[in-house]
Amino acid sequence: MKLLVCISKVPDTTSKINFVDNNTKFDENGVQYIVNPYDEWYALVRALELVEAQGGSVTTITVGTASDDPTIRKALAIGANDAVRIDADPSDPHFVAKQIAEYAKNENYDIILTGKETINYNGSQIGGMIAEMLNTPFVSLATKLDVNNNVATLERDVKGGVEVVEVVTPFVLSAAKGMAEQRIPNMRGIMAARTKPLNVISPVEQEPLSSVVKFELPDAKSGCKYIEPENMDELVELLHNEAKVI
Amino acid sequence: MSVVVFVEVKNKVSKAAMEAVYYGSQLGSVTVVTYGDTSEEILKELGNYGAENILVCRSLNESNDQALTNLIVAAVEKTNAEFVVLAQDQTGKGVGPRISAKLNAGHISGAIDLPETSNGFVVKTNVYSGKAIAHVALHSAKKVISILPNSLAPQLNQKDANLEEFSPDLGTFGIKVKELKSQGDGVPLPEAELVVSAGRGLKGPENWGIVEDLADVLGATTACSRPVADIGWRPHHEHVGQTGVAIRPNLYIAAGISGAIQHLAGVNGSKVIVVINTDPEAPFFKAADYGIVGDAFEVLPRLTEAVKKFSASQN
Repeated sequence: MKLLVCISKVPDTTSKINFVDNNTKFDENGVQYIVNPYDEWYALVRALELVEAQGGSVTTITVGTASDDPTIRKALAIGANDAVRIDADPSDPHFVAKQIAEYAKNENYDIILTGKETINYNGSQIGGMIAEMLNTPFVSLATKLDVNNNVATLERDVKGGVEVVEVVTPFVLSAAKGMAEQRIPNMRGIMAARTKPLNVISPVEQEPLSSVVKFELPDAKSGCKYIEPENMDELVELLHNEAKVI
Repeated sequence: MSVVVFVEVKNKVSKAAMEAVYYGSQLGSVTVVTYGDTSEEILKELGNYGAENILVCRSLNESNDQALTNLIVAAVEKTNAEFVVLAQDQTGKGVGPRISAKLNAGHISGAIDLPETSNGFVVKTNVYSGKAIAHVALHSAKKVISILPNSLAPQLNQKDANLEEFSPDLGTFGIKVKELKSQGDGVPLPEAELVVSAGRGLKGPENWGIVEDLADVLGATTACSRPVADIGWRPHHEHVGQTGVAIRPNLYIAAGISGAIQHLAGVNGSKVIVVINTDPEAPFFKAADYGIVGDAFEVLPRLTEAVKKFSASQN
């Protein structure tokens, strides 16, 4: 089984979010980068479990600059066999998806796995775009994945429930919570990761179709108004007359 | 300007569908594209929010991303549309990116407002798990906009919608649906306007009755924190937070949840947050509009009674 897992770096979930350069750039000052949790905990770990049980290889792919290498090495430490980095700034989802699709189209991967979203852009776009570019099915929001020869059985979140689907490889999926449990890399993995191949390749042409003009922070809450626990009539009155939500 | 709006309509027109049609009507002349066997009468209600034409594909009965992409793109070709508008729900997350790749169109994933067009075409969207907002410009001729549910109040925009059956070639389906495990007919969390949620402070699954009672009298959807879903007190689909469902209701009532940053990431889009916790130092109070330092076992039933009394006085 030949699997490709899309990996992206994101600020640690507890990072303070600020912007610089007239609110056009994320303030990286003091920010710790991690592998996007959906890419790591769910997509990568499930891919490794499948390959450990059935044989094959797991390659990670990242569109990014050299600053992504530490998070790519983390993915290798968890157990991926090798990594590919397309050397470019991941500025626009079409650009990113195009790079991955171009790389993957001649490599005959059985499954391309992405996280359901990154926790910085929350776009949920890359998986679906890759699938369309490669003309394969896309199983979004997958919470369970089993593979038997070339047929995969998955559970996915759909409106109002969970759908059990069957898909013939090749296909693309986006992984949500439930697919696997987080793995902490051990010392042997970390040592091995240093010498595993990380192939840096040049991007292909793709006009960006979108760009971020600026960022803003949401209005801060004006402060919490405390109500005595005995006085729930007052709360209802406030929710009706002041907040106007009931 | 021609706009294609994709909606899913079953027994009634959902708020997400109203929002998408209304959003589209603010961009141009709306052609709705949909599928399934929903009655003509229900579909025509979309005219109330600005739909001028409705294309319905009767032969398609399941939400398949490849088939839907081909259906929507066929509608774009038929109407020569510049915009595609749809909801950023589970279906939209599968279909939106596909359409934009197929049309080579820039994509807004999770719009929270109408576009600003004084200088280019710029739409606001939530980033950093709701901790920031990005203003994203689209540079392509065709544009795909997926709207985050509960982002704008759909307004009446009466049109006499014309209904037409539409059966383009949808190609082959790559995914076979074996089974659908339904979570019931309630309002799904991402679309819910009122949500009552509880965490470990409730001490055990047998105590959820007081949460459900309050949800019942409010007509709210129930939710829970991550630990509660992880230990199996509540089903996983109720888990709101960073790794669970992101919600943006008008009112979010949280009892016995301390408010870890990962929980806040899923609920910070709520317009009004009420926090009930015995610990006055719980971090959630910093994100709350109204706080009650008290025991959920006493406060929730009291709040339920107060809502009942209020509802009776309104009738």
